[in-house]
Amino acid sequence: MSDPSAALLIDGVCKRYGSLQALDHVSLTVRQGEFFGLLGPNGAGKTTLISLLAGLGRADSGVIRVMGHDVVADYRDARRNLGVVPQELVFDPFFTVRETLRIQSGYFGLRRNDDWIDEILHHLDLHTKADVNMRALSGGMKRRVLVAQALVHRPPVIVLDEPTAGVDVELRQGLWAFVRDLNRQGHTIVLTTHYLEEAESLCGRIAMLKQGRVIALDNTADLLARPIQQSLRLRLRGDVALPADLRAVARATADGRVALSLDNADAVSACLARLHAAGVGLEEIELVRPDLEDVFISIMQEAA
Amino acid sequence: MSIALRTLLYKEVLRFWKVGFQTVGAPVLTALLYLLVFSHVLDRQVEVYGGVSYTAFLVPGLVMMSLLQNAFSNSSSSLIQSKVTGNIVFVLLPPISYREFYAAYVLAAVIRGLVVGAGVWLVTLWFVELPYAHPLWILFFATLGGAILASLGVIAGIWADKFDQLAAFQNFVVMPLTFLSGVFYSIHSLPAFWQTVSHVNPFFYMIDGFRYGFFGQSDVSPWISALVAGGSFVALTYATLNMLARGYKLRS
Repeated sequence: MSDPSAALLIDGVCKRYGSLQALDHVSLTVRQGEFFGLLGPNGAGKTTLISLLAGLGRADSGVIRVMGHDVVADYRDARRNLGVVPQELVFDPFFTVRETLRIQSGYFGLRRNDDWIDEILHHLDLHTKADVNMRALSGGMKRRVLVAQALVHRPPVIVLDEPTAGVDVELRQGLWAFVRDLNRQGHTIVLTTHYLEEAESLCGRIAMLKQGRVIALDNTADLLARPIQQSLRLRLRGDVALPADLRAVARATADGRVALSLDNADAVSACLARLHAAGVGLEEIELVRPDLEDVFISIMQEAA
Repeated sequence: MSIALRTLLYKEVLRFWKVGFQTVGAPVLTALLYLLVFSHVLDRQVEVYGGVSYTAFLVPGLVMMSLLQNAFSNSSSSLIQSKVTGNIVFVLLPPISYREFYAAYVLAAVIRGLVVGAGVWLVTLWFVELPYAHPLWILFFATLGGAILASLGVIAGIWADKFDQLAAFQNFVVMPLTFLSGVFYSIHSLPAFWQTVSHVNPFFYMIDGFRYGFFGQSDVSPWISALVAGGSFVALTYATLNMLARGYKLRS
């Protein structure tokens, strides 16, 4: 183990559910003040790892520390230092927003926390909903309350587990602005998300998990600089089929284009010549810089 | 008492108080209906203790039955609802120890039980004048009985994964033990076999001891009742704390 001052220290953590090895000797360190991304496909072990560090589950083996506090032996200090925004949209239907936040403050041993609660409500644009029952809030508002609940005790480490799943663009932008601000103030942020563009723009460092193992752990910039295939985006003219050899490296994009993964720039010119020879007309050609999604797919394929 | 424990207790009390019509008013009305029907039908036909009318005999039983059932309902329904809806996470994420968790749920359930019991007692004051031979025994058995059922409710709420499992626990365990505990009759009126069976039902001792507080008469000595009820509480507390310490069905 190294760096006892780390915000999160995860060392050799294993967790098994029946025959499923959810986490397999996971080790990683998140430094204080980092904006850290935890990525992986469904079932990779991200939520399991978050559950273990939040004390919602217990590791079969290994050590997890939050700001130097063991999550089992020293669970009170570990939890005081951690704020978790859970993935599921959960709420207690008996209470108003303010009651919810006062109660959550009390759980962390805080009384008369209303000044900070008001500040959080203001930042999350919830101040007009303070006395509204949780049941009456929209999904996006409930998501904001979850964020507020994770912040009532001013934790130095904040874990956001898929916080923008099913959330509209406006809230997503507002939420990220607020979380960026918290990070600038010195809070360590750990984020899991399926929106890889969010991770790319927010996270300074990223770990990728697959089948319970860490398969990549690097600075975001270094991950993006990895020598991976070029991505050529094409909009085909008319209803034509690609030649069979190119179909193997092609995928459809969300905007109706065709993305071709090619080894290098020479392969790009060869591909264009092949399309021309096959009589495939092109309306649009774009050679895009590999983004985190390309890197993610490449790393996942390598680890297969 | 830590702030965390006080807050969880406050939250649990506020939870049932906000729906007081359902959690307090309804069981009081149910008990009142029992009293009206049973006392009307049986008051002149059943003699229990010497000099004690059936209606007077029935009232402490109904008070205690309502108290026990509502103490059980409070902890069990709160936990199953929190588990099913997922908001139990708000209690599991903070630095609340399993002992504080247990204490808060049990205390809140005892408070609900006492509030309902007091409600039943108040509405029955119109129908019968009760003696209060040993008020401390009344308070002792009311509190201890509530705590026993509250602990049982914590166990059931943690064990059950679905509402129908909890309903089964309530209908096949709590309800029969309550009804067969001497709420509506003295066990001395039963055949010998059923008297023996009643003596292995811990609920019988809670109700019998509680009734002793009113009339100064009971089927068994209040000290034996206190011993059995106290032993039941210690055993249930041990079992519940053991479940919570292991994180059974709460921290996988």
